[in-house]
Amino acid sequence: MSIATDTTLFRLLSGVLGLLVLSSAIGWALSRRVANESTRATVDNINARIRAWWVMALVFMASVSTGALGSILLFTLISFLALREFVTLAPTGPGDHRALFWCFFVATPLEYFLIWIGWYGLFSILIPVYISIFVAVRTVLAGDTERFLERTATTQWGLMICVYFVSYVPALLMLRIPGYEHQNAALIFFLVLVVQLSDVLQYIWGKSIGRRRVAPSISPNKTWEGFVGGILSATAIGAALWWATPFGPAQAALMAFVVTVMGFAGGLIMSAIKRDRGIKDYGSLIEGHGGVLDRIDSLCFAAPVFFHMTRFFFTA
Amino acid sequence: MIATTLAVVSRLVSGATVQWHCDPRSDGQRIYFANHSSHLDFILIWSALPACLRQSVRPVAGKDYWEKGPVRRFLAGRVFHAVLIERRTAGSCDGLTPARAAIQRMADEIGDRHSLIVFPEGTRGLNGEVGAFKSGLYHLSRLRPDAELIPVHLENLNRILPKGEILPVPMLSRVVFGPSLAASVDEDKDGFLARARNALIQLREIQ
Repeated sequence: MSIATDTTLFRLLSGVLGLLVLSSAIGWALSRRVANESTRATVDNINARIRAWWVMALVFMASVSTGALGSILLFTLISFLALREFVTLAPTGPGDHRALFWCFFVATPLEYFLIWIGWYGLFSILIPVYISIFVAVRTVLAGDTERFLERTATTQWGLMICVYFVSYVPALLMLRIPGYEHQNAALIFFLVLVVQLSDVLQYIWGKSIGRRRVAPSISPNKTWEGFVGGILSATAIGAALWWATPFGPAQAALMAFVVTVMGFAGGLIMSAIKRDRGIKDYGSLIEGHGGVLDRIDSLCFAAPVFFHMTRFFFTA
Repeated sequence: MIATTLAVVSRLVSGATVQWHCDPRSDGQRIYFANHSSHLDFILIWSALPACLRQSVRPVAGKDYWEKGPVRRFLAGRVFHAVLIERRTAGSCDGLTPARAAIQRMADEIGDRHSLIVFPEGTRGLNGEVGAFKSGLYHLSRLRPDAELIPVHLENLNRILPKGEILPVPMLSRVVFGPSLAASVDEDKDGFLARARNALIQLREIQ
């Protein structure tokens, strides 16, 4: 499937580009009418975020539109960068060095290679079963028992979140959905678009009418108003995109609802880890957003659920 | 060429953020002193320097280690133009003669053009803590009072490539160049070394 021959993909791409142009225009208008210093900082941050969105969206669209290889390579890179951010702040020690080396250079490429060759059976158990056992064995062989459980669990969970969960996004290409052959790239678009727009919409709703905080001890910026407004509007967008998916309008709305709620949970979980480690962002790679893991936290927890729901209800 | 390639690769592997709290492009001669925990230390500091300065900055390294085998000898001599010194000070209890000779060589080798990168702990530490400084930095600063002393703090490199490992784990790291150490007027050796070590450790707190 490629952009030149596919009208669904072409319409999705045009829609995203239109959104980016619109947000840049709004960002520009906002910066023209800033009154005081504190609003200035917020508007500058919004504009930095919009600039970063341009880059992220263009890289994402270029990779996904170029077929399976582009998608798989992009998400391999994302996993690699995310795992790097995760391990950097995780409390691992010298005894974990060899196990971590295997995680980065063997487990991560292998997981994505299995998607490339379409071996679903091994793909779905590689990290939860084999690599998890391997990590425990390799770590115990290093002989350091200090905080052994914590260190092993950290490495295993880092792999689950950054590699296993993320790999479910390109894994959508493996699904054989009757009547939807060779169109799976649009499913990746649907998932990523709905989850990321839900983040943006929660931010916008929260900034404009947010009052009551959902979890003040974890994330002071998340409000009930932002949560409800963001989830409902992202669900509406998901429903409106039903023509790009194998779902009907109501099914698309339900799917969008589930992935946005999962995404919200993912954001909270990843914030709790950051709180525990005493940091604000996982990294500084993406201007205005923080690190890669800050941007994909919601996607990590939405992708596996979206994949398995689609697989259970829609594949033959 | 080889040096630049190695620098780029180590920058990628170590995902380093570089922070400057002094002028990166100063023309003056400098002695950069850093905490030592990994083989990546020198190359990372070197790659963080502006390209125009790299040719004139030389690392100080232990002769016993870097003269073993053709690869190490080539890297130290031809690629990085290291100033190789005798580390072995055992034998006499103060070890004054070879150590002093080494310091004198460092001071001479940089002439009026080069800068130095030194690791005053003398060897790589194990757990990421900054060990006690050996007296070399003090004597060097006495011989070359004209050179600026710049503390450089390296963070997380002991986790990326710990002592005894060959393969790196690509975590993120940070290189902080501190403000230059104020010249001492009347200060004894221990006072100076403590002050230099504190200046280095304090860079860890800067966010």
